[in-house]
Amino acid sequence: MGAKGEAVRKKEKVTGARVVVETMNHLGIDTLFGIPGGVVLLLYDELFKFGKIRHILARHEQAAIHMAEGYAKALGKPGVAIVTSGPGATNAVTGIADAFMDSVPILVITGQVPTYYMGNDAFQETDTTGITRPITKYNTVVRRVEDLAAEIIKGYYICQMGRPGPVVIDLPRDISSATTELFIPEKVDIPEKFKSTGNEKQIRLAVESILKSERPVVYAGGGVISSGASEELEELINILGIPVTLTLMGLGGFDGTRPEFLGMLGMHGTYTANMAINNSDMIIAIGARFDDRVTGNVEYFAPLSKIIHIDIDPASISKNIDIDIPIVGDAKIVLRRLLEIIREEIPKSEIEKFRERIKPWLKKIDEWKSKFPLRYNKSDNIIKPQEVVNTVYELTRDTDTIVTTDVGQHQMWAAQYYKVRKPRTFLTSGGLGTMGFGFPAAIGAKIAKPEKLVISFSGDGSFQMNMQEISTAVEEKVGVRVIIFNNGEHGMVTQWQRKFYGRRYAASVFKVQPKYAALAQAFGAKGYEIKDPAELKDKLKKAIFDEPDDIPVIIDIKVDPEEDVYPMVPPGSPPTEMLLS
Amino acid sequence: MMEKDKKASAEQGLSGQSTEHNQENHLMLSTPIAPLEGLPRDMLPKRKQEKTEERLHVLSLLVENKPGVLARISNLFAGKGYNIESLCVGETHDPKFSRMTIVTRGDSRVVEQIEKQLRKIIEVVKVSNITDVPHVERELLLVKVSAMKEDRSELMRLVEIFRAKIVDVTLKTITVEITGDKDKIDAFLNLVKPLGIKDIVRTGIAAIKRGE
Repeated sequence: MGAKGEAVRKKEKVTGARVVVETMNHLGIDTLFGIPGGVVLLLYDELFKFGKIRHILARHEQAAIHMAEGYAKALGKPGVAIVTSGPGATNAVTGIADAFMDSVPILVITGQVPTYYMGNDAFQETDTTGITRPITKYNTVVRRVEDLAAEIIKGYYICQMGRPGPVVIDLPRDISSATTELFIPEKVDIPEKFKSTGNEKQIRLAVESILKSERPVVYAGGGVISSGASEELEELINILGIPVTLTLMGLGGFDGTRPEFLGMLGMHGTYTANMAINNSDMIIAIGARFDDRVTGNVEYFAPLSKIIHIDIDPASISKNIDIDIPIVGDAKIVLRRLLEIIREEIPKSEIEKFRERIKPWLKKIDEWKSKFPLRYNKSDNIIKPQEVVNTVYELTRDTDTIVTTDVGQHQMWAAQYYKVRKPRTFLTSGGLGTMGFGFPAAIGAKIAKPEKLVISFSGDGSFQMNMQEISTAVEEKVGVRVIIFNNGEHGMVTQWQRKFYGRRYAASVFKVQPKYAALAQAFGAKGYEIKDPAELKDKLKKAIFDEPDDIPVIIDIKVDPEEDVYPMVPPGSPPTEMLLS
Repeated sequence: MMEKDKKASAEQGLSGQSTEHNQENHLMLSTPIAPLEGLPRDMLPKRKQEKTEERLHVLSLLVENKPGVLARISNLFAGKGYNIESLCVGETHDPKFSRMTIVTRGDSRVVEQIEKQLRKIIEVVKVSNITDVPHVERELLLVKVSAMKEDRSELMRLVEIFRAKIVDVTLKTITVEITGDKDKIDAFLNLVKPLGIKDIVRTGIAAIKRGE
């Protein structure tokens, strides 16, 4: 594979820092997130002089990376960040690991001490490539200024190709100050690591097996979104009428308001989705990786089902669960071929027969849906967290909205109750489960898509992990809306303590809490506080829609701390033992 | 308006019919509609997962000759808790690339997973598991044996039988160099053990596929 473009060659000598800036510009990178520091000062100076690339000054490197992630997820284009050496790089590690687990394309340039100091415990030195090696697709120290342009181009393409993920380019100070002729190569050799077209035989076998099945279900994940395969998935469902469940990362990959949608599956998935998977005789897994939060105890996972697995990453196939029909390829390309075969080679009568055959299965699913919907008890005295999500959904359903979440109970309620309709509009930290992700990711998303309404669901625990970024949002006039589910505790932790640790609330309840609305004002943002269920809707509406679009709004909602997330498949248990309340 | 239509269809349900069971349709099916619903845990069928055995695996890798590549590779083994029994690495005829031979003991399923992960590494060009493929294995051993006068002839006989080579002699010790596959080297070591081994250095296996 080669990254193509016009080569740029200038006779004048420039610094490595200038090469970085010119190469970024050449690649069409127009937005950066980061924080300067000693060894990247020269790079920042060149950015300043160049002037054409927007730089968002985060207040903490972890947040800078989450912003780049939010930007990348919302836009479908890599997010780029710059941090300094040592603490700058180590602060970025959590964000990089998050992007690795959730396959988010980001390019991170880390400053490094000069090559002649490296390995000597110099001031603010850390072995950045050593630390980030297990959490990057590719990383490298650039040791020759002549290699700089090519390495950046290489990194930019590697982070997007195949299964996306983070790339770290470590840039020693003496390399950014060394001079060279500016040369941006036209083509950079990057080994082809991923096969995008699936095996034709396997695709045919899949079509054949699907049409023979009686209880099929589609289980789709984040891969559908990364590859942009939502339309193809929708068409497949239009033709075959198979029910669809999505993983947390897959939400938005299929319209959540359609009758074929069963809700999210897994530990906190819907009754219907889990029972459908468990009782199925055919699972069509697309861009999902059979994560333990999805499968639970693998012994009990869909024991009667044949599994088709479409994934770009061969290492995801048969990793946790043996796969009957593996198809290694890009979800969009494989589904396109699969649809072609169905449209061109399968007689209408056979499709009709299939749809007729699965009717009892669909009826059973309808029965589950009506018997065991998601439910909670409303209250006039205290705001129920699920009610918050429902209300926000009702208020925003006709507005082009991106939702981000942090991690914990509120994340699960958001996933359960917010009906996501389009890809790249539900951004969350799934694999790593990074508290503190949601707010900076929302800032990144709003910068990528300024015309959209961006709402961040957060918990009081999660929000406190990156709340300093209110400054960044105010400074950059990024009018995100943060909704804090304030239960005065680490709710998911207390839920487990309630269930499995005899109600011993060890280190999970906050004895002291800031007043978030006042805090927001102190930062120059708008703050709201909502306690009364009766005023929930009106106040939310005002906070979301009536405040100007260039001011962040922090909405502190006191919710019932006793509320737990259900359904829940207890760890190790089969889905038939799912707890509904 | 469109929203409302969608909502209406969602409420109508998937099958577009009432949720009462249709007996006729039931009869067409080979198994019940929800075979596991309501089953107690001990009656639930279990998913069949192929079981694989622990054994030695010989992996041959072609990799870019760059710093950090070895660390990235060994990380994958460490991540799975697998020990690398031996690792032998050297430049190929093209100095841009190195050849690595890695020997590890482990579950075939996990080793296959490691192989897939190895193939994803940008700097890894090729990965072959040559355990079951005809190949030649060689290892170099340097062993320092305590050899007083009375033991010397015995040691020298062994060296001759095994086509080994004496590379250093002192008043009290003899250092022997021997190459061969693992079995040959283990056999030699067994025989010299009674004489008293002072020190051993093994390179680990280098392996190459037979044929063209």
